[in-house]
Amino acid sequence: MIRSFGSILLVAALAVAAGSLAAQTINSGLRGPTPLNEEGPAPPLAPTRNTAEREARNYPEQPPVIPHSIDGYQIDIRGNKCLSCHARARTAESQAPMVSITHFMDRDGQFLASVSPRRFFCTECHVPQSVSNPPVSNDFVDIDTMLGHATPGGRR
Amino acid sequence: MSEQTEPLAQETRFVRAKRFALELWDVLIHPSSVFGLGVLVLAGFVAGIIFWGGFNTALELTNTEKFCTGCHEMRDNVFAELKSTIHFTNRSGVRASCPDCHVPHDWTDKIARKMQASKEVWGHLFGSIDTRDKFVDRRLELAVHEWARFKSNDSLECRNCHSAQSMDITKQSPRASAAHQRFLFTGEKTCIDCHKGIAHQLPDMRGVPGWQ
Repeated sequence: MIRSFGSILLVAALAVAAGSLAAQTINSGLRGPTPLNEEGPAPPLAPTRNTAEREARNYPEQPPVIPHSIDGYQIDIRGNKCLSCHARARTAESQAPMVSITHFMDRDGQFLASVSPRRFFCTECHVPQSVSNPPVSNDFVDIDTMLGHATPGGRR
Repeated sequence: MSEQTEPLAQETRFVRAKRFALELWDVLIHPSSVFGLGVLVLAGFVAGIIFWGGFNTALELTNTEKFCTGCHEMRDNVFAELKSTIHFTNRSGVRASCPDCHVPHDWTDKIARKMQASKEVWGHLFGSIDTRDKFVDRRLELAVHEWARFKSNDSLECRNCHSAQSMDITKQSPRASAAHQRFLFTGEKTCIDCHKGIAHQLPDMRGVPGWQ
């Protein structure tokens, strides 16, 4: 009797737990209301930010993001569309920022005459940005803000 | 025996041909005694329409994308590459087909280009680019021809649709707007100088001005 009562209790507890789990899944913010075993509609593609204005880096080592559209830009063994503006010799005409000198360096730290093969594929590090609301907010604080907190005049 | 008759037969045939030519010339230079002038003029007019119309119809038939992609060299290489570009698929659904960019629209220039293109028939028959590897190997040479053509006619085929006068630079991205004001509107550069490889993949660009 006690045993069967215990099993009934267990089943009830499991049912409640499963119910709350299902409720959690349904209310999940990123996934939306689509059930787990179904595929929801894909979100629309966000347009590319195309202002051509430089964005501040979040930390000094960050590869600068691309502030313009790069649709159809070919970067392969035959050519590199990015370099037709950002190469050293092209910057006077294009007024685009020159590829950093670090990109001329081979793996032994030797500077080559032009962009090193290991730095040739721009989009491995540099990416265009889209105009969209991030589904998850970001509380990243950059180093200047962090150091500012510690100075007498900084925010506390 | 036969050695003697052969030159004789050739001679008589030559003489006969000459006589026929002379008779034809005689008919052509004398007024007709059978057909009225009106009939002759009308017949000439009708024949002219048929010949000219037929010629132009055939010409326009060779000026379609279906004709161009009839050969696998075009269909599997350049046409396949075009499909992912904005000149094939875009938001408004207006698109360029092969002859829009590669054949001049004016008649004389078109005929000149068509005569040049007869070499491409030769290339097809002898398989000069009948594999992907052969095509990729000759891509630079082929691209240089097209760049030179666009450069020499001031990117005429681009401008058939993209007019600098109708270009609203306030609707363009700041980068495009600045570049067009500096280089296009001043006539310093023409479209193809900057817009290479927009409809097909690029060849090896080493040594091409403006490229690395």
